[in-house]
Amino acid sequence: MNKQVGSETVKRGMAQMQKGGVIMDVVNAEQAKIAEAAGAVAVMALERVPSDIRAAGGVARMADPTIVETVMKAVTIPVMAKARIGHISEARILEDMGVDYIDESEVLTPADEEFHILKSDYTVPFVCGCRDLGEGLRRIGEGASMLRTKGEPGTGNIVEAVRHMRKVNGQIHLVMGKNDDELMAFARDIGAPYELVKEVKKLGRLPVVNFAAGGVATPADAALMMSLGADGVFVGSGIFKSENPEKFARAIVQATTHYEDYGMLVELSKGLGTPMKGIEISNLSQQDRMQERGW
Amino acid sequence: MVKRVGVLGLQGAITEHINQLKQLGAEGIAVKTPTDLAQVQALIIPGGESTAISRLIQQIGFYEPIQQFAKNHPVFGTCAGLILCGSSITDGGEKLKPLKLIDIAVTRNGFGRQVDSFETPLDIDSIGQQIPAVFIRAPYIDHVGEGVKILAKIDNRIVMAEHGSVLVSSFHPELTEDNRIMAYFLKKIKEENS
Repeated sequence: MNKQVGSETVKRGMAQMQKGGVIMDVVNAEQAKIAEAAGAVAVMALERVPSDIRAAGGVARMADPTIVETVMKAVTIPVMAKARIGHISEARILEDMGVDYIDESEVLTPADEEFHILKSDYTVPFVCGCRDLGEGLRRIGEGASMLRTKGEPGTGNIVEAVRHMRKVNGQIHLVMGKNDDELMAFARDIGAPYELVKEVKKLGRLPVVNFAAGGVATPADAALMMSLGADGVFVGSGIFKSENPEKFARAIVQATTHYEDYGMLVELSKGLGTPMKGIEISNLSQQDRMQERGW
Repeated sequence: MVKRVGVLGLQGAITEHINQLKQLGAEGIAVKTPTDLAQVQALIIPGGESTAISRLIQQIGFYEPIQQFAKNHPVFGTCAGLILCGSSITDGGEKLKPLKLIDIAVTRNGFGRQVDSFETPLDIDSIGQQIPAVFIRAPYIDHVGEGVKILAKIDNRIVMAEHGSVLVSSFHPELTEDNRIMAYFLKKIKEENS
């Protein structure tokens, strides 16, 4: 039998199965089990959640493989892990361990300030962050099988996630309104591969799944991102930095599914306790803005 | 008349099924609450994460309404949908509660993790030859109960089966351009009405 592994369909398809779901950052087996029990569609195994990475400072790297392995053993849902931007060897290490998805992530300190990983070379699928359509299509051009708008990780502030989702979707609407003979100039202007701009026009959407990330802290935040057209949400610090992680995790999962059922959102938002403490974006200095990483 | 098919709209590859139904002239409707079942003649439980979907089924009170619906309407489960339609799960534990719509025992992630996920052409009894089949962290059927017809196997593992109006596949027909499997499922609606 002719079995083909690591094909585009298989890699992108994995992300399609995550749609409408919540992917949660976890740092140990106990958190992973809480996430799974709450209905997470996957967990992101990390050494520290983004808000702790901010607090710790210094260089943030791929997690110790022991942490990733412990999480993989603890749950049956897919396990993702982060590699630094451009860090080919961290990515190969994670692939060899059998993680289900690699996030080439701006949350970690970049290893390469010019080039991203050539993700089409790998059997394991990749997710990458983007702030606009051009950035997203460049990542797809390199082989990303899933996108997430970047937001500003570890802030608990949804404003950047909203900005990036609106930007990406607004630019897709622009593409839709253009004549075919205008697409090359548009591709040049946004720095995107021409063939992928044409594909966006043909499909009327991105060719891969696009989640929202970077700032989701409440069920209403998750519902907002779904309303703005996200295919699902990543929640980083928002769950395990809240007062009651189990409750927040369950409520955010349900709010992501039933994002237009406002009566249900009322109930889901009640009595959750204190969400993670947020950061006002204008108080972040330029070098603390993780979203600027990636090119 | 246009056939109206519900796709359980809690989590997973929902629009992919709706698009394929549209290609075949049927109407696909995302079913998000038990009352939505009244609008449709058949139900597809899509691929996604079985533990997540199972939890959402129970939270919104879908468990019994789907079981009732399946008594006189066709149901098609793909991947996670197959797991949820099954009668028992080898490694499920307390994590998920199968709907017991078809007598099959299921092993989840039976072919390995994502790096082992694959696509392959598949010959399927009653449906066709060389149908592209996409397996993503796919389950397989350990064994089937009485009356369950095995439709396809890979490496001697059962990957597609049916019993009456319940159809299940380990793989994702909705991720391909080939709509023969969906066409086969839609024919079950006609059988029901006649």
